[in-house]
Amino acid sequence: METIITELSRYLIVILMALYTFWGFAAFSAKKKKKKARLYRKQRINMHIFLLLGHLILYLNTNDVIILGLYGCELVFFMISNFLYRKIYGKMNQPIVNHMQMLFSISFVMLARLNVDSAKKQFAYMAAGMVVCMILPWLLRHYHKLQEEGWFYAVLGLILLLVVLFFGKAKYGAKNWLYIGPLSIQPSEFVKVIFVFAFASILSQTKFTLKNVAKVSAMAAAFVLVLVLEKDLGAALIFFLCYLFMLYVATGKKRILAAGLGAGAAASFVGYHLFSHVRTRVLAWQNPWSDIDNKGYQIAQSLFAIGTGGWFGMGLMQGMPDRVPIRESDFIFAAISEELGAFFGICMILIYVSCFIWFASIAVKAANPFFKLSALGFTVIMMSQTFLTLGGVTKFIPSTGVTLPLVSYGGSSVLSVIVMMCSLQGIHLISDKEDEEIDEEQEELEEE
Amino acid sequence: MTKNKKNSKKNKKEKGEKRGGNREILVVTYMLSALFLGLIGYFVYFMAVQSKDVINNSYNQRQTILAKRVVRGKILGRKGEVLAETVSDGKGGETRSYPYGRLFTHVVGHSSQGKTGVELSENFNLLTSNDNPVTNFQKKLDGKKTIGDNAITTLDVDLQRVAYDALGNHKGAIVIMEPSTGKILAMVSKPDYDPSPASLDIQWNSLVADANEESCLVNRATQGLYPPGSTFKIMTTLAYMRQTEDTSKFSYQCQGTEKQDGIVVNCYRNHVHGNLNLQSAFAKSCNSCFAYLGTKLNTNEYRKVCESFYFNTKLPTKMVHNKSSFVLNKDSNKEEIMHTAMGQGKTQITPLHAAMIVSTIANKGVMMQPYVVEKLESNSGTVVRETKETAARTIMTEEETKELTTYMTEVIRSGTATSLSSLSYPVAGKTGSAEYDATKNSHAWFLGFAPADKPKVAVAVIVEGAGTGSEYAVPIAKKVFQSFLGN
Repeated sequence: METIITELSRYLIVILMALYTFWGFAAFSAKKKKKKARLYRKQRINMHIFLLLGHLILYLNTNDVIILGLYGCELVFFMISNFLYRKIYGKMNQPIVNHMQMLFSISFVMLARLNVDSAKKQFAYMAAGMVVCMILPWLLRHYHKLQEEGWFYAVLGLILLLVVLFFGKAKYGAKNWLYIGPLSIQPSEFVKVIFVFAFASILSQTKFTLKNVAKVSAMAAAFVLVLVLEKDLGAALIFFLCYLFMLYVATGKKRILAAGLGAGAAASFVGYHLFSHVRTRVLAWQNPWSDIDNKGYQIAQSLFAIGTGGWFGMGLMQGMPDRVPIRESDFIFAAISEELGAFFGICMILIYVSCFIWFASIAVKAANPFFKLSALGFTVIMMSQTFLTLGGVTKFIPSTGVTLPLVSYGGSSVLSVIVMMCSLQGIHLISDKEDEEIDEEQEELEEE
Repeated sequence: MTKNKKNSKKNKKEKGEKRGGNREILVVTYMLSALFLGLIGYFVYFMAVQSKDVINNSYNQRQTILAKRVVRGKILGRKGEVLAETVSDGKGGETRSYPYGRLFTHVVGHSSQGKTGVELSENFNLLTSNDNPVTNFQKKLDGKKTIGDNAITTLDVDLQRVAYDALGNHKGAIVIMEPSTGKILAMVSKPDYDPSPASLDIQWNSLVADANEESCLVNRATQGLYPPGSTFKIMTTLAYMRQTEDTSKFSYQCQGTEKQDGIVVNCYRNHVHGNLNLQSAFAKSCNSCFAYLGTKLNTNEYRKVCESFYFNTKLPTKMVHNKSSFVLNKDSNKEEIMHTAMGQGKTQITPLHAAMIVSTIANKGVMMQPYVVEKLESNSGTVVRETKETAARTIMTEEETKELTTYMTEVIRSGTATSLSSLSYPVAGKTGSAEYDATKNSHAWFLGFAPADKPKVAVAVIVEGAGTGSEYAVPIAKKVFQSFLGN
């Protein structure tokens, strides 16, 4: 029985995922609201079939009742949070909600397969995050200090990073963990949020004289520098790109973009020659096979998993993702691709891309420069983080040790992504409301 | 009414203008999205092209899963002879069987106690089933194993047997290649062992312990490093041809020894070869003359010539092999140079590499990548992968290969391999007797190809510790030529 279901579902899951992804892109070009709504509904159905199938296969293979319990909790929670957000805020950006839940579903299924305990914790983080963040759209609209006190938040963020630099513990080479009692948190994940709001505020209020740009950039550079000292190169790169692109959008000067990218390239070159751990990563990327026992081990195991899984995957519970190091977190994409297949993996990448396009559209629509820059900052952070993870796992670029948003296991990572996505929803709601107000004014004008 | 509509449009436009920075946001989004497109493109390329080679790695433990689901495919000879297959005992047990026993031990390899040879190089492909998808799906639903793909090799069973028998009880190796394609037609390494799992399990510990220092597990054809002896005069001659305008002007008076700065090199058994030109020096394999020639060479250029033939680097092949080495450089002393030029010294070469070098001469200067696996076929007969004949490098000009071929035919006509002159077609070759210890024991070498004017086959023969190439290696090559091309 379970072999039949497992075997049939190997293909079914890929088809579900392909349709889901296709509908996601079809919604971009759909003009009528009704048609869009229909596509989103179909997406939700596919997501629920995937979630059900995934847990069913896991249950049939393990006979672990906890998996069914988890499935029930996830189902109930998705429904409640959908209901509450809609009741309180009305028109959320539906495709983003869909993608968020689809990625959560993938995370739950894969984590339950790899380690049920992690799946339980991940669910708890997600649930807690979604409840706490319910306040965010309201906060964004009413708490104006956030828009005004940019420098204060920037200093706060920098202090947080410095605390980690001095009191933090290293894990997988980067010193980016803080242990408070039984809690282990990764403050840089939350500093990302503070960083975006702080610099959105500063940049939206600054007059762009050379002196001012230098002052703001020096502050941003301090963040990047501290992260480099913590050996958290992935985060350093993400912060750098985030600031550079925010500055470019705020000033609209191509020269700044070009100079920034040039400076980034120069800094990477210097970093390569200065830090041995950077060279190690690059060498492991260039030829993992020459040192497969040691430095090339992670990436080699990841490629074995992805390659052996093939286009349709080995099937859930049929592979050996346990061989891949850090499979629940940074390398979860390897485990997903091994068991669910490379087609599934490509669909997942496309889901991320369409999600980011919606993010960008929120930034485009936002009228208030603070919100515009914040939305852009979050978009850049999540895009670059996703790219660094996926590129590292597949050996497209050297591995930088960052997590896959929403899918990788980890409380700090999940919470900070939820905060960013809910903030984006908040900004979306604000500009939607302004749109309505303007439309109403115009209608009044027209009536006159 | 229409005016109002226009107004409202205008208002909206103004609203849009107020919202600056949108163009920049699009630029940023496009830039980052382009990275993702690149990532997807690379990912597809990895899956479609690279993944098969990547996963076929002994560090990838997933073969144990695949072996539970797939019946390991067969390894076949060029005419479809079964060289290795998995046989079911009908009770759910399986065993790997090698119908030709020890005949293909090293080249086909074994599959228990680790894997070697084709069993290793095609491990994951043999465990992958590209059979009819409907059949496979049905089998999976029934909980049955699917049937893995078969590897069809370039190996010629008849030729392999002739070479195997000809080497007899000697230690050594024979590599037979098709010069125009790089196909390995036969590859023998002795001593060998029985590759069948039952026997291997029993013998394994003693094979690994290797109390008699026979190194049965080593495939000497690809991994054995030997001094090249006089066969290396081919390289020295080529280096000299490249550094001299007119080789026909060369002459040397052999007195059985060559003395320079107190360093003495003797001809074989101090034989006095008398007045020589380059061709007769080559044919008679005059050590004194080549030691002298070596001192005339620019060592850097000499090294470059050898390195262009893949000395000191990995050979262009997927087969597991060792690097041949050539150690001269501009600081080398005269003694090293004189010994290296005649084929002694520290130079080391694998039989496979030697076969590739003569094949290059036979193939007008183009070295082909040698290969053993011709293609992979699914159980239902569809071709899954086919090896393309690939040129590794063009190393010599046609003129150079012609000149060398002339010298090498002279070896058969009047030199050290005259016993091959009885064949009805011309043969080109070079013998070697490589001394490997102070007591002047030597390995017997022969490298050659035939027919010399239209090469179809190239061979490298080495017989360990036997004696001279003329006496021990040439007769083996003769049997190979006779079997492949007739008398």
